[in-house]
Amino acid sequence: MNSPHANAVPNSPPAPSDASVSSEGRAVPRLSLRGIEKSFDANVVLSGIDLDVYEGELVALLGENGAGKSTLSSIIAGLFPPSKGTMAWEGLPYAPARPGEAIEAGVGLIHQEMRLLPDLSIAENVFVGRLLRKGGRIDREAMNRRAAEQLHRLGLDVPPTTLVRTLRVAAQQQVEIAKALTLKARLLILDEPTAALGGEETDRLFAQIDQLRQQGVSFIYISHRLEEIARIADRIVVLRDGRLVATHPTAQVPVPVLLENMVGRKVDRLFPKLEEPAGQDVLRVEGLTGANGAFRDISFSVRAGEIFGIAGIVGAGRTELVRAIAGADPLAAGSIFVEGKPIHFRVPEDAIQAGIVLVPEDRKGQGVVLDHTVASNLALGNFDRLAPHGWLMPAKVVSFATDAIKRLGVKGRPNQAMRFLSGGNQQKSIIARWISRSPKVFILDEPTRGIDVGARAAIYETIAGLAREGMAVIVVSSDLEEVLGLSHRVLVLARGRSQGILPRGEATNVAIMERATA
Amino acid sequence: MATPQTTKEGAAAQPAAPAPAVRRGASWAGKLIGVQGPLIGLVALCIVFSLTTGAFLSFRNLLNVLDQVTVLGILSIGMTLVIIIAGIDLSVGSVLAFSMMILGWLSHDWNLPLVVAIVIALLAGALCGWANGLLVTRARLPAFIATLSMMTIARGLANIITDGRQIVGYPDWFDSFATRRYFGFLSLTVALAIVLVIVSWIFLRYRSAGRALYAIGGSAEVARLAGIRVRNVTTWVYVASGLLSGLAGIVLASRLDSSQPSAGLGYELDAIAAVVIGGASLSGGVGGIGGTVVGVLIIGVLHNGLNLTGVSPFIQQVVIGVVIALAVSSDTLRRRGS
Repeated sequence: MNSPHANAVPNSPPAPSDASVSSEGRAVPRLSLRGIEKSFDANVVLSGIDLDVYEGELVALLGENGAGKSTLSSIIAGLFPPSKGTMAWEGLPYAPARPGEAIEAGVGLIHQEMRLLPDLSIAENVFVGRLLRKGGRIDREAMNRRAAEQLHRLGLDVPPTTLVRTLRVAAQQQVEIAKALTLKARLLILDEPTAALGGEETDRLFAQIDQLRQQGVSFIYISHRLEEIARIADRIVVLRDGRLVATHPTAQVPVPVLLENMVGRKVDRLFPKLEEPAGQDVLRVEGLTGANGAFRDISFSVRAGEIFGIAGIVGAGRTELVRAIAGADPLAAGSIFVEGKPIHFRVPEDAIQAGIVLVPEDRKGQGVVLDHTVASNLALGNFDRLAPHGWLMPAKVVSFATDAIKRLGVKGRPNQAMRFLSGGNQQKSIIARWISRSPKVFILDEPTRGIDVGARAAIYETIAGLAREGMAVIVVSSDLEEVLGLSHRVLVLARGRSQGILPRGEATNVAIMERATA
Repeated sequence: MATPQTTKEGAAAQPAAPAPAVRRGASWAGKLIGVQGPLIGLVALCIVFSLTTGAFLSFRNLLNVLDQVTVLGILSIGMTLVIIIAGIDLSVGSVLAFSMMILGWLSHDWNLPLVVAIVIALLAGALCGWANGLLVTRARLPAFIATLSMMTIARGLANIITDGRQIVGYPDWFDSFATRRYFGFLSLTVALAIVLVIVSWIFLRYRSAGRALYAIGGSAEVARLAGIRVRNVTTWVYVASGLLSGLAGIVLASRLDSSQPSAGLGYELDAIAAVVIGGASLSGGVGGIGGTVVGVLIIGVLHNGLNLTGVSPFIQQVVIGVVIALAVSSDTLRRRGS
């Protein structure tokens, strides 16, 4: 199967020749899928997928986690073959046996989770696997020059010899994009490319995408951010449970319709109704400054029953700030008061004992132990109460976990490995771990990152429930809609400094972005 | 006796065979000590040696096996704790020798009462472990490097104390720890090892501090954010491993009636092998004392059985290597399958 698509490659530049125009008059699609099915063991994850992507077109692929988006992009990129069905590349049969063949044909896949080599330079990462050579030696000069050009176009002006390890996440994402762009791909699959990007970086990426589309490059664009899709997509395709459930010929589709497509039922209101907080100040922080300089001189207070949002672009110091409040990172200056009493932390345990708990940003790396059971994960952080004299009996752990699971509606069993729970249920488990302690301050950092749209509403409801129970809740999020929909007040950070606290009535998209990018 | 065991074993080894009673029995035993695959391997080994050599399956010989694995067993308990927190302790063999030499030097050259020498030798072992712990938690060295340094340092110190000489001759009461059998079978050193096994098993299963080790090994950052004092606990685990190494050194001195600076050479690798054969993962968060005991016994039975069958020591090395690879790969495959 090497020759057909090897023939297809020289077809670029994509000026349509006579042969590539079909009888209906429209150009032969760059990529065409017919009846694609994929099953792992007995598990059918994709079935009956028909999809055409035309030259210069951007098709947005929507769907919840597990809907089959990643499987579909992996098949197109040659990571594994479909179980049934055929693919065609510019009218010729296309069946890549290896990712290398897909790349040769002109398919570039940018993974959601980055696949960079942290200890190599930017240029080496961009050209990994196809280092430029001159006379049998690696041509570093050319590699550095071309990598720098590409990065400059994306708005990242960093020397190409910089080690990837030292870059911020957003910059790493741009390196990944630069890598795919230098592959001269004719079809780029972008899987959540903006997950770690700020507004300005996103704009630059979109400008690049537009330019490439004018040159005839096609895109399959996977994202959870519906407003982004409305901005750049030509068509929207929605997957649900491995099937293609809707194709919208334009990007101007009302959000509720898309949500309904994705979830399979009507999603009326994503955000719960908020009650006015009636309580006293529970948490007060004054002049907080991080030991690593990520934030400076931050002061605010949060009342019982209040949800306090923290917004800002990536790198503004949001995560660092809440981690310091939860005792996870050291402070250089400032003081923290819980119910008027000053608290001094050395380790997170001190914060937990003072009633401050954190649901961290990185669920898999900081929130749960994936290989341990749900019950052990829930017991974690509650040893002091479950084991009064240090005796932690398995039966007690299981009954504790059973109660906590029931209370929060976690879909999972106590003796099941955490790995097998969905992201939303893992997140609820972490909330369940803390909720039984009746903490005073509940901090959630990116509570719905990587969680399905359908499951988000349940998390939001849980968060609102925490506030109703009288806790002071802090929510950090990159998702502006989330901050706006959930918070009574919003603190905006930019470059580690407070840009003001907006009450609910004044907190709008524009007001926050103006301050966040100030 | 061998025949019915073979059929039982055969049924247990075939998951497809409809033999519910036997399989329930096997999983019950597996639950009790927390292992199943390695236990089947141990039973299979015993059957093979029973069939190939008459001398294997005798009360006396089985006692021999226990005596032979005492030192390795004590080291492996510490190693289990260390491996569960995703660490490694390469220094146990050298620390064993260091403690052993401290014991001999203090009691012979300084004429201290033996009991005092024992206490100081144990403290010396714990001190080495503490240094390991500080290197890992404060200097933030990878455990491999920290304990590799300690491995060389402790071995060097063991040689410096007597300039490489061995110290021979302990009082009879001290030697009798390893040689005198109470109730016709139990030497004090074996009894000590059994007590340590039980205590550490209970610790890992039912004490919150023991469960904390699993959390740390599963993910140190998750554990830290959940309020576990990861650095303190980690340091204590290395102290425990050092202390147990010191204790193993005293047990070995009693067995050999001497202190030798070259004692325990390569024991760290045997201990790691035993722990890993027992189902622990070097990436941490998984493992247990039950598995380690089975792993220690597998190594002990292999050495003993191969000796009895007259297999050359060179071939024994090959066989043990193959067994480690088989045990761990079957475990990995089983996990991937489930």
